[in-house]
Amino acid sequence: MAPVMEGDLIRQDASTLSAALAAGEVTSQEVTQACLDRISQVDNDVHAFLYVDSDAAMATARDIDQRRAAGEELGPLAGIPLALKDVLTMRGVPTTCGSRILEGWRPPYDSTIVERLRAADVVVLGKTNMDEFAMGSSTEHSGYGPTRNPWDLERIPGGSGGGSAAALAAFEAPLAIGTDTGGSIRQPASVTGTVGVKPTYGAVSRYGLVALASSLDQAGPCARTVMDAAMLHEVMAGYDPRDSTSINAPVPDVVAAARNADVRGMRIGLVRELGGEGYQAGVREQFDNAVHVLTDLGAEVVEVSCPHFDYALGAYYLILPSEASSNLARFDGMRYGLRAGDDGSASVEEVMARTREEGFGAEVKRRIMLGTYALSSGYYDAYYGQAQKVRTLISRDFAEAFDQVDVLISPTTPTTAFKIGEKVDDPLAMYLNDIATIPVNLAGNCAMSVPIGLASEDGLPVGLQIMAPAQGDDRLYRVGAALEQALLDKRGHALIEEVPSL
Amino acid sequence: MCSWSRGSKPSCKDEGMANITREQVQHLAHLARLELTEEETEHYAGQLSAIVDAVERVSEVAADDIPPTSHPVPMTNVFREDVARPGLDRADVQAGAPSWEDDRFRVPRILGEE
Repeated sequence: MAPVMEGDLIRQDASTLSAALAAGEVTSQEVTQACLDRISQVDNDVHAFLYVDSDAAMATARDIDQRRAAGEELGPLAGIPLALKDVLTMRGVPTTCGSRILEGWRPPYDSTIVERLRAADVVVLGKTNMDEFAMGSSTEHSGYGPTRNPWDLERIPGGSGGGSAAALAAFEAPLAIGTDTGGSIRQPASVTGTVGVKPTYGAVSRYGLVALASSLDQAGPCARTVMDAAMLHEVMAGYDPRDSTSINAPVPDVVAAARNADVRGMRIGLVRELGGEGYQAGVREQFDNAVHVLTDLGAEVVEVSCPHFDYALGAYYLILPSEASSNLARFDGMRYGLRAGDDGSASVEEVMARTREEGFGAEVKRRIMLGTYALSSGYYDAYYGQAQKVRTLISRDFAEAFDQVDVLISPTTPTTAFKIGEKVDDPLAMYLNDIATIPVNLAGNCAMSVPIGLASEDGLPVGLQIMAPAQGDDRLYRVGAALEQALLDKRGHALIEEVPSL
Repeated sequence: MCSWSRGSKPSCKDEGMANITREQVQHLAHLARLELTEEETEHYAGQLSAIVDAVERVSEVAADDIPPTSHPVPMTNVFREDVARPGLDRADVQAGAPSWEDDRFRVPRILGEE
């Protein structure tokens, strides 16, 4: 029988590794060691990881190999390495959220996601870099230095989950986990040529996910292929009584949908408000090309209008800072993390203010103050209250659109990856990167970014966003997998194979 | 490239109506327990004014009769089983505390001098 796997271990996708591990062609220790070696080789340049625990990863891999050898029935992702965003707690493993205020803190408990990864025997390699408390679109706002885009080390890998996306594109890990509050999974996926999914709000437990904006945050899978994302999605998602917003309903069969990969007869809506003017020419070109591919595959593509999406960015930058300023009040220097200025005479309030001044970076301070402003008496109705009404109107736009079509599509981001430093002190320019991804977070439905090609002007990856109704996550995988396969057939290889060697 | 207000000229400059003064920034910083430097106060005054100008666009939407959404999945009275569960391990919590004394978090004085 022909081997399942050919070529370099680090370049294999998770589904191939899964088959090879099951067939006994390779061990988890070999796969894990290959990833660890790759990390030592390239991560000085990429800086995707904030923490790597080689010994723990190898011990987990060894245990899984032994259990497999003993004939134990293991899950499909057993023995496969994964990079975990540093915003999810893992007992005894440093969790900084990219912030100096949590430097050195080791959480006393596992997030539900980590519990599920352990139960599925996934090998966690370490924790990935991110914009501080997930506030940013470039990973430049990390308190520990930026992550670089493997496609061009002078450019950003997106954010806030730039570390997770870069780890995939640099072949440091076949799977990663991100969190998406306004695009932090999808935008990094788009600019690194990888796949990222924001599941339906409530699909994946938020227990142990350090909160940015509780009504928007959602963790999801990141991978190099749509099928790999589906396999990870299946492991992560499901009801959790420890998260009061968790959906108590069966998880849609996303793996079957990725296998189905058939868009014949599907109705796909092009969102008029997300595209055209303001989007880079090469992004539009690749997007138009992908639309033709979908039509050729037998989907019916029509234009749909979602008029209130034009106000999504404004509503988001009122709602998010408001929730963030409340959530981040917990970092007071009393129970965990940094404490500054406790000289024996300073009061608790002075110590709090000094701790937060020293521990938080510029973007976090900006958003805390913006949220404090939006929630002030006298401004509350005009800002926060009005933003919540706009949120209702955006949900209604989605509902009307999904009466006409099965999924909506748009470019994931208006541009390809920009240069490090270009927008770091220009918040309004930075916020625009998430203009197409934010509406989904506000409405709580689900979306995926799938790579579609390279922009002609700069040779950098472009992503297409697929949006589906709440609990319709399977549709994302059906469309994403169909598009991925058709583009692979045309190109003759996966787009990710074109990443320059590091 | 892209702009905050569709159809109009891209604008990322501080040119609008909102004017958040240095004093207001200091007040916000105090409310949020941030001890800003002079330089930061100046810098944030300009930036926050520009951001508020941009987000103020939400007021253009006629939404008087629209109910607000605080949460994308409306749920109320979510309960779990009332069963005892183990709390956090004390040694782990102590290890993460910035200051610890007699099995408790040690905190700075909480009352004023007077």
